[in-house]
Order: sequence, then C-alpha cells, then structure tokens
Amino acid sequence: MKLLTTNFVQCAVKSCNGSEKSYPLKYEDCQLQLEEQEFKPAFIIAMLQRINWQALVKVAADLGNNNLPAEKPADVENNEALLKELHTLLIETQITEGKMVCENCGHIYYIKDSIPDFLLPPHLAN
Amino acid sequence: MKKYLLYLAQSHPNFRKAELESLADLYGIKVDLSNHNENSPFMIVQLENDEQAKKLVKRAVLAKAIYELWGHGDDLEKMHEDVKRNKDKLVGRFKKSRFKFVILQYQGKKKTRKQQTKIMDSFQYLGLEGKIDLENPEEKFTVLETYTIQKSNLEPRPEPDHCWFGRLVQLSVRSDGIVDKYEIAKRPYYGTTTFESELSLVTCNLAQVRDGAFIYDPFVGTGSFLLASAYFGGYTFGSDIDFLTLKGGRPGKKNIKNLEDDFEYYGTHDKFGDVICMDFTNCALRKDMKIDTIVCDPPYGIREGVKVCGTTNMASAELTKTTLIEGQHAFLRKDYVQPKKSVSLDFMLDDLLQFAADRLPVGGRLCFWMPAANDADIPTLIPQHQRLELIHTLVQQFNKWSRRLLVYVKRDEHYNGKTVTREERAHKNNFRERYFSQFS
Repeated sequence: MKLLTTNFVQCAVKSCNGSEKSYPLKYEDCQLQLEEQEFKPAFIIAMLQRINWQALVKVAADLGNNNLPAEKPADVENNEALLKELHTLLIETQITEGKMVCENCGHIYYIKDSIPDFLLPPHLAN
Repeated sequence: MKKYLLYLAQSHPNFRKAELESLADLYGIKVDLSNHNENSPFMIVQLENDEQAKKLVKRAVLAKAIYELWGHGDDLEKMHEDVKRNKDKLVGRFKKSRFKFVILQYQGKKKTRKQQTKIMDSFQYLGLEGKIDLENPEEKFTVLETYTIQKSNLEPRPEPDHCWFGRLVQLSVRSDGIVDKYEIAKRPYYGTTTFESELSLVTCNLAQVRDGAFIYDPFVGTGSFLLASAYFGGYTFGSDIDFLTLKGGRPGKKNIKNLEDDFEYYGTHDKFGDVICMDFTNCALRKDMKIDTIVCDPPYGIREGVKVCGTTNMASAELTKTTLIEGQHAFLRKDYVQPKKSVSLDFMLDDLLQFAADRLPVGGRLCFWMPAANDADIPTLIPQHQRLELIHTLVQQFNKWSRRLLVYVKRDEHYNGKTVTREERAHKNNFRERYFSQFS
C-alpha cells in the first residue's frame, strides 16, 4: 500500500460516512519499505490536485514524518525539494504491514502483504 | 476536407464504429461514420488533415490503418482512372520522397512477385522521382483490393470487387501487435476469469482512458482493464473483495506473482497506483475523491459468484459481536476472516451507477460488461441513472448467452435521463440461475 493510497481511503462502515473522524484513518504499528521509482515532478504536481493536504500531513506524522508544512505551500510547483520529498513519501513509501484505525467507530483494519483489507464483519456490513 | 480510407479489422465489427466515435470525440475530431458497414473492412471518411487521421487511428484496436485516398474503382483500371484525375493535387509533396509500394488483399490470394511488379509498374504515370527504399521508406503507397469468397468452392473470385490506392498515414496499435502483446498467457500473472486482451483494450478506448487520467476498476481481479488503461497512459487504481487474488500467487507455484508484476512486465509500473481489498457495497474510498474514468467487468456468477461481506446466519452475526480471543474481539484481530454471502448482480449495479454519478466529472465515462440470457427481455434489464447517459450498448454474442458492453457518460445537473433501478429489473434476469439451467 502506497502512502498515496492512505489519502483516498476512509472507514468503510456506512454509519461513519460523513464523520470527520473517519478520515484519515489512524496508522499504527506500520512497517515501511522504500521502493525506488523514477521521479516525475509533473505527475506529483497533477496528483496534488487529488490530495487532501491535511490528511497527508496527519498520516505522515503517524508514520514518523513531521517535515511537511501544515498548509499546502502555494508555490509547490516550483519547489523541487518539496516535490522530491512528496515523491518519496507518496509513491516510494510502501506500508507492508500495519493497522488502520477509525477514530470514529474504533474499528481496526489491517494491511497485510502490502494490501489494505477493508472487508467488514457481518454486524458492520450491510 | 480530404478523403481518407480506413482499413478496419474484421474482428468484433459491431464494436468498430463505437470505438472510432469515441476516439474522434476524445480528440475533438468531427467525422461522419454513418456509412460504416459491418460486412466490409473498408470505409472512406472525410477529415481535415493527416493530423486528424493519425489521432483517429493510432490507438484504435479494431482498425488497422488509415490512408490518404488517391483514387478507387471497381477494378484496377477504374482505380487508375480515378488516381489520374486526382494526382496533380496529391503527388507534389511526395515527388522526391523515398518510397515503396505495398499491395494488400482482403480475402484475396496473395499475389506472385510477377503480379505485384506488374501492378507497381502500372503507376509510372505518377512520376515519382524519389528512391525506392524497401527498408525505411518515407512513404508507403498502398494498393488495397477486396475479394468475395465464392460459395461454390470457398475460393476468392478471380477479380477484385473494389480497389483503392492511397498513401499510408498511420498504422494502428493493432498493426503494431498490441492485441498479441497483451495476450493473457504472456503475462506473469493471470487467473481463470482474466478478461481477454483485445476487448479489454477496446473497452479502454470506449472509456476514453487518457494520459494522466485517474482510472478505477472496482472489480479489478487479475487486472486486465487496469493493464490496458495503463497502456493508454492512465494512472490505475483497483479494488476487489477477494484478498487472495490481489495478493497473488498460484497454487503449486513457488514464485508468488501478482498484478504489479504484470505492470512491471509491460513497462508501465509507474502507472500502477494500488489495489485494495474492499467490498464495493461497503466502500472505503472517501466521497470527495475524484475519479476520471471507471472500467470494469462486475462478477456475474458463472465462475465467480457475486459476493459481499455479511452472512445470512443471524445467530452467527450476533455471535461475532461478542466473541473474544485472548481478551480481544475476534473481529478486530488480524487473522479474522470476514464471512461473505452471495447476492444478485443487480444488487451491485445500482451501487455502481450511483458511485459513478457521484464521482465522475461531467463528461467522464463509466464502462462495464453485463451478461444476459439470449432469451431475456434485454432493454428492461439495463440499469440506468438520471445523471448518466447510456451512449452505447455493444453486444458480444456467445452460444447461449451474450454480454453487453455498456458505455455511460456523466452529464451535468441539467440532464434528466431515465432511471431504471433494481426494483424495476427484479426477477427479470436471474443470470446465474438461468445459466445453470441452460436458459431453458
């Protein structure tokens, strides 16, 4: 699971939909792996339009990275150092094992073999 | 406007026009395709210039090539007469180009060297002054002939029905071997229900997958649509309820392979976003996440049943809430396996359409495949949503059943289309049941 993907997912429980606490999930006990990929600044710039910055900062902090500015810098397109950092963070950082916890309902999801598992037990699925 | 000759593939001919329309729309090309004939691979179109011709055909999977048309007629003689009428305004730019001649027959017998030379020599009047270059020509002047197969002996008739002469403008990805390259058996990872190469590529053209677009397949499985999307430049993302398919590996195989290996194999690894394990009816994607295009083949229960999380056993569901293992809720443990229950395909389809209506940008496309029994009352079975315009229903016919590629375009709030929900479709198409009772 790429760190990028953490920006797209929230708690799958229907009653959590709309709760601010169900996104982003809280990442705990994560094992990280760096997978080198070619740096393509144009791709990162385009992807930033899809990124919720606040959620990214929060998840990065969960994983031990406190370097990101709290607000998305206005001139990020021209900030090569930041784009490189984002490339490493979003694209190259893999979470291979770990927990994703919903801070609204408390449900725990697991990342296993690099794949996040959002399947629900019967009493939470409908 | 200039005349161009399209040479199409005689494969899934009922999908060809839709594919070309979709590509024309994608590149903003106005072209009249109304004289398309499913029985003929040849078609003359009017386009403004070579640039448009290139864009129209380059990524077409069901087209072979496009030629600037210099002349045509019912036999070679009539064709030459036509070329002679047009040549003065066409030859100029190419008078000095290195060139070669190509002679193609549709359903005809391959010509001998002598016959070919005779045809080439008959073009002396063009006055081409460039060198003949068989290896690396700048221009390929091409004669195309079409023949009818005689019913009596299944041999082509001795004389062609029609002949065209033109200058090659663009070969398609099909002519570059894309269908073969993406053949399932060549991939490091695939499964028993992997969607075939040719139609998965066609699906992505109908979906207008474009460079840099965000593509999502909610029933990704072994990933044919994402691989095809990545080939066309899309950034791909998938989900599936079956964890083991996403994790990869095959029983008895030592090396664990998965979808990511296929991307690696095709050199599109940078287009692989991620795959997540998820029950589409309990969706974990945040609501304001933008998706440009959705392509999929929902599970429909011949080989893979339609499954969602849950159980029909209420007592066991109750028990799940309270079962503890080592002081922890069993359902919160890493090794907990979520039970799944079967549902009808219809159950999924309304969710899929609503999802697309919520997430796609105006003009964005949803393409998916839907099976039906041949005796079923099809129009009433196709799901519809008021924000999604159904622009194509393309049928692939099998022996006792058929599947349809449905192509929808998201429209804005002024569009008020038809709605057909599962209540209205209920009991009309129990596909799995009918499949196993052989549609009797």
